[in-house]
Amino acid sequence: MIKINVDMEKCQHYGQCVFEAPNVFKLNDDDKLEYHATADDSERDNVQAAIDVCPMQAIFIVD
Amino acid sequence: MTRPVLIIGASMGGLRVAESLRRSGYAGPIVAIGEEVHPPYNRPPLSKEVLAADVNHEAVAFPLGDAVADVEWILGRKVNRVDLENQIVTDDLGVEHHYEALIIATGLRPRRVDLPGMPKKGTHVIRSLDDAIALRAEISEGTRVVVYGAGFIGCEVAATAKKLGAHVTVIGKGPVPLLRPLGLELARDIQSRQEAQGVNFFMGSTITKVTGGDRVESVLLDSGVELYTQVLIEAIGSEPNLELLHDNDVDLDGGVGADTSLRVLKQDGTPWENVYVVGDVARFPIPQFCDYSRRVEHWNIPTEMARKVGKEVALQLSGDADAFAEELAKPFAPIPSFWSDQFDVSLLAYGLIDQADDIQLLEGEAGGDCVYGYYKRGDLVGVCGVGMRSKVMGYRSQVGLTRP
Repeated sequence: MIKINVDMEKCQHYGQCVFEAPNVFKLNDDDKLEYHATADDSERDNVQAAIDVCPMQAIFIVD
Repeated sequence: MTRPVLIIGASMGGLRVAESLRRSGYAGPIVAIGEEVHPPYNRPPLSKEVLAADVNHEAVAFPLGDAVADVEWILGRKVNRVDLENQIVTDDLGVEHHYEALIIATGLRPRRVDLPGMPKKGTHVIRSLDDAIALRAEISEGTRVVVYGAGFIGCEVAATAKKLGAHVTVIGKGPVPLLRPLGLELARDIQSRQEAQGVNFFMGSTITKVTGGDRVESVLLDSGVELYTQVLIEAIGSEPNLELLHDNDVDLDGGVGADTSLRVLKQDGTPWENVYVVGDVARFPIPQFCDYSRRVEHWNIPTEMARKVGKEVALQLSGDADAFAEELAKPFAPIPSFWSDQFDVSLLAYGLIDQADDIQLLEGEAGGDCVYGYYKRGDLVGVCGVGMRSKVMGYRSQVGLTRP
């Protein structure tokens, strides 16, 4: 399992992460980010890609 | 000793290549040479958060994870000369660096106003962290600020300076700000929203003279108008950093020419076998949007280029010729994306809007939250929303020419 944390103070809900890790991140009906705080190890590469493309650099894997 | 993969440029593109090399299994030495003294950091906040608050490098630094812990960063060092034939890179201390594969990630520099007698003080650009910190120190409540250039950087800086209490005037050549990146209707809307917040615009104007001795005092426009100001921010675009490649057989026509796998091209159109390009400096084919090679100055492009180049170089150096050939054969095909925040306006876009010959309102209402579609010969080549993020994202998979 990996633990994921998004700094919601930084997050501007650009949704770039959604395309990289759609099983972990999504925008809700109000266009706000929602995410799973834990994910299977198989999602690690996708979450890392989401971290890389986040314009606000707000996503972290907590090891 | 094994020669390293050498990366010229230690900004986001350089960092992402190093990470991609490691993730793709390359375990050999990596050296990155960068002109700035700061380790890689994120530039978009420079015109926004960094300018709005007193922040330091730490606030915008990219994390340097375990994967790149053993990369050798040579910072505050400029590369003066590259000799691709003999695989030697010479820095400004005269030190020669040899390489197995070379990545050009030298980026852009701001274009400067080219007028005689430009004052040294009060004139600013924003490209680096140090630029933003220097500008921040000169803006406070009541400061008179002129922004020359009405693109994204100019408009974002104008909004941030206004929020800091400055008197802000934007001067731009075109009829409206952001015309090329947004199209007329949305660009007009952004201008009115900026004006409603108190930003002044002089569009269709150029600066013909900047007065002041040591420090800027006023700017004269071609219309004869004189604007008194304490700060002049030059936001008139960027130029690719190409000089280090002069004297080499490289296609340098407005950027470092690249093939579909981002290998650097010679003047005859054939690629150098072990030289790649990443980031804003690259001029590359993007046939799903336009029929010529070009640079794309959007934030998501360097990261996507780096993923591909890191993989290619790792495979090339692994000696697995088949896997390398297979990766080379996959063309680089990104979907450009940009976003911008100015006051309460938040833009998100996909595709290449400047290719459009027709613009349609797809969702919402003009002047409010809405989504515009940008068409070329009837195909959707771009989409841009004010708000309505989920709607914009829904169109992402549809952008691109159907007959490239």
